[in-house]
Amino acid sequence: MLRAAVDAGADAVYCGFQNATNARNFTGLNFTSEELHSSVAYAHAHGAKVLLALNSFASAGRFPLWKEAADCGARIGVDAFIVADIGVAACIAHHHPHCRLHLSVQAGASSPEAINFYCCEFGIRRAVLPRILTIPEIRQLKAEIPCEIETFVFGNHGLMVEGRCSLTNYAVGISTNMDGACSPPSKVRYDRDSAGAVIASLGSHVIDRFAPDEQAGYPTICKGRYCTAARPEPFYAFEEPISLNLMEMLPALAAVGVDALKIEGRQRSRAYVGNVVGGFRKAIDAVAAGRAPDLIDLLALTEGQKQTQGAFMTKKWR
Amino acid sequence: MAAKLTLGPILFHWDADAKRDFYARIADESPIDTVYLGEVVCSKRTPFFDSHLPEVVERLERGGKTVVFSSLTEVVLNRERKMTTDLCVAGDHNIEINNAAGLIATKGRPHRIGPMMNVYNEETMVHLAGHGANHFSLPPELPGTVVELMAQRARPLDVAIEVQAFGRVPLAISARCFHARAHRRSKDECQFVCGEDPDGLTLTTLENERFLVINGVQTLSHGYLNLAAEIEDLLARGVTHVRLMPHRTDMVAVSTIFADRLAGRSTGAEAMSRLAAFGIGPFINGFWHGIAGHQYHDARGPVAA
Repeated sequence: MLRAAVDAGADAVYCGFQNATNARNFTGLNFTSEELHSSVAYAHAHGAKVLLALNSFASAGRFPLWKEAADCGARIGVDAFIVADIGVAACIAHHHPHCRLHLSVQAGASSPEAINFYCCEFGIRRAVLPRILTIPEIRQLKAEIPCEIETFVFGNHGLMVEGRCSLTNYAVGISTNMDGACSPPSKVRYDRDSAGAVIASLGSHVIDRFAPDEQAGYPTICKGRYCTAARPEPFYAFEEPISLNLMEMLPALAAVGVDALKIEGRQRSRAYVGNVVGGFRKAIDAVAAGRAPDLIDLLALTEGQKQTQGAFMTKKWR
Repeated sequence: MAAKLTLGPILFHWDADAKRDFYARIADESPIDTVYLGEVVCSKRTPFFDSHLPEVVERLERGGKTVVFSSLTEVVLNRERKMTTDLCVAGDHNIEINNAAGLIATKGRPHRIGPMMNVYNEETMVHLAGHGANHFSLPPELPGTVVELMAQRARPLDVAIEVQAFGRVPLAISARCFHARAHRRSKDECQFVCGEDPDGLTLTTLENERFLVINGVQTLSHGYLNLAAEIEDLLARGVTHVRLMPHRTDMVAVSTIFADRLAGRSTGAEAMSRLAAFGIGPFINGFWHGIAGHQYHDARGPVAA
């Protein structure tokens, strides 16, 4: 997967260890230290960087796991650590003062004051911005902070403040913040009812029901359909299953000073990563050369076959 | 030192008269030691109550309560940044910070850290204590075993450890208003529809499970956290402050039940049976026991709420 991204033209690839130290703690997804070592060698040989995600929250008693992961990453020579936990940031800033630190979206820093706190305290060099800011808000924010900024351009369109959500732990007893897993596959169940509809559940909770002719989605709590007294017919109470795609907005993002563009890829297939990264690589190079980007059709890859420019265009969705 | 009883900020959009009457009763009749005031969920709601705050503070202090101002949880807009900074630079009152946006302005001065600040480990606590944080309200999803480790480290630092023991549990926050969305409105055109649901609006699953509650931009548990039966465990693990979250039920009575527990005047079973008569619930306590938060764990084992 890392190789697919590097081969398709990614400048940097995020990765994590196979444990709770990163926010994508899913089976088969992450690296052993040996795998990380060879991946860093591959990336570096091809001019790409490797950023190690240590962006979950270390609960008391488990802190050594995060410390060891940081030590291992530093030994292997990753190009930066991406962190959210103040304690983890402090630990890396203290023990590995020469390593670059990036602030994860999981830190929930969505104002200049919050980002400046992390910059002052830990020398954060880049902040990944939450997916809830408009382009004018990004421009204003960039002017008030000393570090680089990175924005999501393709993938999940998440509207919950990241790093502040314990819905999964409430539903099934696995914490997104502490265990690094939102809606873990081990708790997902699909059943078919007598009418042929697919019922998608997380633990004992029904998150959605899909008619026989509907494509069944993954049961993430904030993407489910529910009812309320105010609106008794099932509706997406939080958000529609929709993908973020900002390819058309690349010139605007470049103009407001976005330093890096982030594509979600770690829970995706190799083909997906290759297609999306390759498409964005061409579009970015076109924008950099002053040409209009050739907008390739990524619709087929998006969740629910719908896409959005999300918060970035307007505040109306709020 | 005996553990203290605190009242967290009102999370819901009650009208100004309801809040004033509520705090008047708390001031005059409740055994609560510390009251947290301020809008922590939605910055649009603040104008409704700001002008009443001085009177409420005066009444609470006259009733012997310590008053703490809580800051907003999500800080994005310029008005939210200003609210946070104004609160944090004014040095004449106790403050509880719920967003990192308040940390620079309070550096070097005593302050409290709220439950939305993601203090999950001792290293984070030590770092923030070095900046003047002297009181930590821990995230409600932390199990008792982790709280105990935090409290052990808190003691030599001389910082307080607070844990929510009653009320619906904040689970998520968003930039989008779900209350407005449920009424087919946008946040800018919400007409404060969240005010219609003083304890939140229940979301049921497609199989009719009452699952979650929405409160403007916030999502909470449908069940009411109730650690009345675990008070000895909280104290044994080093909790110094026990937080009750305001609901429309009789909070003077609820606080009296918890005060009786803290003072050793009643048993967990007695408190639970008194609370069962309030017609609220179901009660949940899963997070404290390290299981799914929506569950209630009792001596017979985990029971689905």
